[in-house]
Amino acid sequence: MMALVTESRFPDPDRAYRALIEAHRGLSDEESAALNTSLVLILANHIGDPAVLQQALALAKQSLVQTNSTSG
Amino acid sequence: MNTRKILFQFGYRRSADQDRPSPARHPVIVVGAGPVGLCAAIDLAQRGVPVVLLDDADRIGEGSRGICYAKRTLEILDRLGVAGSCLEKGVTWKLGKVFQRDDQLYAFDLLPEDGHKMPAFINLQQYYLEHALVERAAELPGLDLRWRNKVIGLKRRNDGVTLTIETPDGSYDLDADWVVAADGARSSLRGFLGLDFKGEVFEDRFLIADVKMKGDFPPERWFWFDPPFHSGRSALLHKQPDDVWRIDLQLGPDADAKAEQAPERVIPRLRQMLGHDAFTLEWMSVYTFQCRRLERFVHGRVIFAGDAAHQVSPFGARGANSGIQDAENLAWKLALVVKGEAPAALLDTYDLERSAAADENIGHSTRSTDFIAPRSTQELRFRNAILALARHAPFAKRMVNSGRLSMPSTYETPLSTPDCVSWSGSASLGAPLPDAPMRNGKGQPIWLLEALGGEETLIHVPNGGPPPAGHRVLVIGKDLVDEDGFFTQRFDATPGSTYLVRPDQHLAARWRHAETAQIEQATRRMRGFEEGNA
Repeated sequence: MMALVTESRFPDPDRAYRALIEAHRGLSDEESAALNTSLVLILANHIGDPAVLQQALALAKQSLVQTNSTSG
Repeated sequence: MNTRKILFQFGYRRSADQDRPSPARHPVIVVGAGPVGLCAAIDLAQRGVPVVLLDDADRIGEGSRGICYAKRTLEILDRLGVAGSCLEKGVTWKLGKVFQRDDQLYAFDLLPEDGHKMPAFINLQQYYLEHALVERAAELPGLDLRWRNKVIGLKRRNDGVTLTIETPDGSYDLDADWVVAADGARSSLRGFLGLDFKGEVFEDRFLIADVKMKGDFPPERWFWFDPPFHSGRSALLHKQPDDVWRIDLQLGPDADAKAEQAPERVIPRLRQMLGHDAFTLEWMSVYTFQCRRLERFVHGRVIFAGDAAHQVSPFGARGANSGIQDAENLAWKLALVVKGEAPAALLDTYDLERSAAADENIGHSTRSTDFIAPRSTQELRFRNAILALARHAPFAKRMVNSGRLSMPSTYETPLSTPDCVSWSGSASLGAPLPDAPMRNGKGQPIWLLEALGGEETLIHVPNGGPPPAGHRVLVIGKDLVDEDGFFTQRFDATPGSTYLVRPDQHLAARWRHAETAQIEQATRRMRGFEEGNA
């Protein structure tokens, strides 16, 4: 079984981050949410491994606690 | 607080050129005696090119502006003869820490290996650097520094430029074969030529303050996202000499610049950050910033360098550092062209190499700004998700961006001869040579970069045969002894290895076993003579 990779994989992570930011420039908040939702579905399918998807969900939920208290 | 105290005052002196009936002609005039103009002028003078350096002021004022000088810049300053005094005065540092609220997210070490003469970074108020450079300039007989000489007009000719210069004694004209425009972000020369200066404008306002205090903080770069003392924004704390600390606080796009500088607003903010009020304010300012550049840096006989050519945000210390690297790239090329030892086309590679460097710097500084100052709710969500994930996932930690600090560029350039075999080690084609501790022929310690200086050099590792011929050849084991093996490792050196080094210490070519014809061809190529030409 594949395990979720959390090590850095992009040759230039800053550019990858910028690509995400740029994709949202000029969108309304609702459009941004829709774009992100599509993106999650596309990437989840690309991964194609339910076990990895579960691990990714768990990690995201773990960090959600943190994010919530940050935005507050 | 915005009235700048005068720290160093210089005198206007009438030049004999002002009494001539027709304009005096000089091979090179550099406009602007900031760090970039001074470095360019000193480098040219050291290379035997007489230079006139003009500046519209006659003083160096307070306000520290640039404070971080990177390793590569220090290596250049060393060649120009001022690194010693800068290191002595400056605060040497290499550790950075990034916090979110009270928690440390991670720490970084910018120079994890030994065997380099220069540290990763020093912090030094810009006025100390400028003062050291002015003193060095005064030692050079070929460098004529003229204060209160303000360029008010520029006329281009086919073979040069005529500048009209205003002084306290009235105006006069000078002819120059070449003009280096190092007159800063608000360059008048750029204006005279009507050149566009395009790019991205950022809306967030930042408060920058230099505070004097006896602090217990170590000499490290500390950056906070959402600090407890400045909720929802970012903050930076960094040590300078004389017990002065640089503080940078994000204020947001709607901050009122004037109100934010009122002492009753600033002092409580700083007290909250520092945990006490045993400090005095040295200098402060509220700024916004822009990332933009000229489309071309070379316009006939007028060549732009530093902020006059490109501007970045302060995150990453890429302004002064890249400007000084421009100066170094330009100086050797212009010197060869002025002396007739290289074609004028060599200067096109200044444009090519330093444009690529400017794009790299603008890219880094733009991406850092995206992370530090999110512009929308969604950008803030991405940013906060990365900060939250950084505690659990290495990939997210790597994306936390509080400024990627200045690194020298590796030039992809026609001046390099492509490698024909693969090489390991940290030396790479087009990049500045990594330094290494060596011993000279007499057994005295010397650094590799000191031994190179500013001369085109062949470094050769002997293999029994005669050493190759070149402008200057340093033989390993004879002229330079690699006692501790740093050179061998960093250059992947084996018997017969030969390296051609540019006058700016960047690697131009290397061979496992070099033929004379290959070296000759690579040398011509490095000087801008195209293959097969002349």
